[in-house]
Amino acid sequence: MIIARILGTVVSTQKDERLLGKKLLIVRPVNVDGSDTTGYVVAVDTVGAGFHERVLVVAGSSARLAQGMKDAPVDAAIVGIIDTVDVPNG
Amino acid sequence: MQLARVIGTVVATVKNDSLEGRKLLVVQTLNKDLQPSGKPLVAVDSVGAGVGELVFWCRGKEASFPFKREDTPTDCTIIGIVDSDAHVTNGPRARWTGRTNE
Repeated sequence: MIIARILGTVVSTQKDERLLGKKLLIVRPVNVDGSDTTGYVVAVDTVGAGFHERVLVVAGSSARLAQGMKDAPVDAAIVGIIDTVDVPNG
Repeated sequence: MQLARVIGTVVATVKNDSLEGRKLLVVQTLNKDLQPSGKPLVAVDSVGAGVGELVFWCRGKEASFPFKREDTPTDCTIIGIVDSDAHVTNGPRARWTGRTNE
């Protein structure tokens, strides 16, 4: 899983029916110290995350295993909102 | 599977229900010489590892197999603790055959 920050939202009306009602967010991977990296991923939100929050993103087929994602065509899902990241020597 | 060093912890109160009760650790992947390579990742712990320990982890869908395999959304799980750094041998030092130092 990676740590990412929410950059924005995606609105899509015409989509696979298994994605109906799911919130799509644009996230950018960040380093453990909180600094931004490059690139972005569109991820399905399963926890109710909001703008600028740090979240846990699971990628690949495992994203489908999150509750509420069964059989959905998804390869990135937000599965947690991060409170703290503690890296003693980082 | 790859070797990694546990370098920190992550606290997330709001999680997908299927991750309830799971411990999250920050791991730094290592190369065969146990030097850091690549970016740190967040892993789910299945063995009770702690910060500073040398572990090995599994990526992909198989990462969910230590848990309820159809219900645990993880792509990175710690599946073993290496006894010590000295227990990792490669190349000429390796006692087992069929493996060369790449």
